[in-house]
Amino acid sequence: MAAEKMALAKAINESLRRALETDPKVLVMGEDVGKLGGVFRVTDGLQKDFGESRVIDTPLAESGIVGTAIGLALRGYRPVVEIQFDGFVFPAYDQIVTQLAKMHARSLGKVKLPVVVRIPYGGGIGAVEHHSESPESLFAHVAGLKIVSPSNASDAYWMMQQAIQSDDPVIFFEPKRRYWDKGEVVTDGIPGPLHKAQVVREGRDLTLAAYGPMVKTCLEVAAAAAEEGRDLEVLDLRSVSPLDFDTIQTSVEKTRRLVVVHEAPVFFGSGAEIAARITERCFYHLEAPVLRVGGYHAPYPPARLEEEYLPGLDRVLDAVDRALAY
Amino acid sequence: MTVESTAARKPRRSAGTKSTAGKTTSARKTASAEPELVQLLTPEGKRVKNAEFDKYVAGITPEELRGLYRDMVLTRRFDAEATALQRQGELGLWASLLGQEAAQIGSGRATREDDYVFPTYREHGVAWCRGVDPTNLLGMFRGVNNGGWDPNSNNFQLYTIVIGSQTLHATGYAMGVAKDGADSAVIAYFGDGASSQGDVAESFTFSAVYNAPVVFFCQNNQWAISEPTEKQTRVPLYQRAQGYGFPGVRVDGNDVLACLAVTKWALERARNGEGPTLVEAFTYRMGAHTTSDDPTRYRGDEERRSWEAKDPILRLRAYLESANHADEGFFAELETESEALGKRVREAVRAMPDPDRFAIFENVYADGHALVDEERAQFAAYQASFADVEGA
Repeated sequence: MAAEKMALAKAINESLRRALETDPKVLVMGEDVGKLGGVFRVTDGLQKDFGESRVIDTPLAESGIVGTAIGLALRGYRPVVEIQFDGFVFPAYDQIVTQLAKMHARSLGKVKLPVVVRIPYGGGIGAVEHHSESPESLFAHVAGLKIVSPSNASDAYWMMQQAIQSDDPVIFFEPKRRYWDKGEVVTDGIPGPLHKAQVVREGRDLTLAAYGPMVKTCLEVAAAAAEEGRDLEVLDLRSVSPLDFDTIQTSVEKTRRLVVVHEAPVFFGSGAEIAARITERCFYHLEAPVLRVGGYHAPYPPARLEEEYLPGLDRVLDAVDRALAY
Repeated sequence: MTVESTAARKPRRSAGTKSTAGKTTSARKTASAEPELVQLLTPEGKRVKNAEFDKYVAGITPEELRGLYRDMVLTRRFDAEATALQRQGELGLWASLLGQEAAQIGSGRATREDDYVFPTYREHGVAWCRGVDPTNLLGMFRGVNNGGWDPNSNNFQLYTIVIGSQTLHATGYAMGVAKDGADSAVIAYFGDGASSQGDVAESFTFSAVYNAPVVFFCQNNQWAISEPTEKQTRVPLYQRAQGYGFPGVRVDGNDVLACLAVTKWALERARNGEGPTLVEAFTYRMGAHTTSDDPTRYRGDEERRSWEAKDPILRLRAYLESANHADEGFFAELETESEALGKRVREAVRAMPDPDRFAIFENVYADGHALVDEERAQFAAYQASFADVEGA
């Protein structure tokens, strides 16, 4: 068994390398992904090994990147495109929503668009404006797209493999503040289903549901709560569209309390959808309303205020206290 | 007439192939004067010589010329039938190509079977050339689907409604053609309105940077719904290519022979590894933008009448007759064929069934999606609840 400890960013790099090696139709494209290896070095060394024809430095135009990736997919390629930062995706939003998401249905299933759009997302790295956003709900609202976000190196490796193999377009949100977190990756294993949530800590008193960067935060919350004698269950949702409501339901039927945590603004966020559906599914099991912890209805603040904006240990613990007080 | 690229050319595949494009660089005029356009047939149907482009139609036979005429007549007949079907309530909307037959048939007939076409929603004539059954185009306008043909059957993509998006798809597809080492070419259609879109600008950039084998075929029909071309640009559109480093040429869009020749030239450049070309077909939208539009609110009859004198079908007919390339029997037979096409289209549309209600949930994803499955089941249960009531 080949097990190796590696950073989350390196796990994506290794996964892209494997895809480029095994499928000649896989392409990597984006701004600065070639010689530089991407601003986060996720594509480091790939152009050197696979050439400029397969690891493509693109002009600085996001709509062009996604639009040409669609054309390449129509020709039979499987492009993996990088959007450099979350806040830069919007010039490509039209191509993603209007074309990438709908072309399969428009063609009555004749056309498939196996395009992966990689987006480093989320805050906590002290960046300037437009470099710390969490726009996943803006994509989850659109039928035709699949939205995933790994929380650890192993998932990053395997979920990228599965995203590239998917015949549907996948928006792959990478938790940029966890890029340097190391974890064990078994590269000859067999992954579980891409869109299935995982119980990453078992507990009886309350369920914390999160994905991407907030999974680690929630595990820290559970550890802190345990010191106070509270036994929290933590779910890593992994996929935002589709959402694995069955796993959440099973957990909530046991714990009877649910707190959803994400960096994205709470208003119309994925937590709202989870709250609505879990309330419907678990109405007679719930001891408290489903609570949400996330960003505020305000532009992402300047870096020196981001700790106030982002859900941290104390804000999540506060929500846990409120849920348990019912 | 043509604007030569100032950028150095890098042959993509067959090195050493010479461009025929760059040899006439003199005809570009200042923006204030109306630029010249490539014309092989005058509005009166007189064949005029063109040193640069004659060779692309040099071997054309009378039969092929009659074929172009037939294509234009049948396309116009189909278009008129679709407009009538909209007025009868059989279609929800129709976007007429009236007046643009030469631009579409000329360019469409220049393509090879293995070339790939990325249309807007008005390329009924190009679809005809590609062998797409015209009745297939009507499903989306009737509201039974959003595009009823398999793009890969005829290498003719689905109609694109959002303006300009398809130019990027064409560019990406062309990048793929180059990667495959194939010698096919790609042609992207768009209009004068679309020329203002960022996606079109980005497609020029990408295609130039990657030397993609793509032809940008802009039908400048003078109107983007109610906005004349001067609301989109200060320079003739074909001149935009120069800034991106590839040639642009303006062609008489109502001259089917010139459109055929210029598009052949541009496609040949693509095949020879010389990269993208912009063709501006200068034409006129004789009808409304769509059947929902009312052009009397923004343009006068005089302009239309001036373009009627340049009609693409009449001019080819005049040429065919003066050259003795077609007799009365040909025209009479075509009239019969035309009416038969109208009847076939009419009957096909009226017989087009409404889609099954569960089609809503089909093909949303290629690999399935739990929420779609769940909602389909809910919808089925909801529908079934009426059956229970009816059965009680």
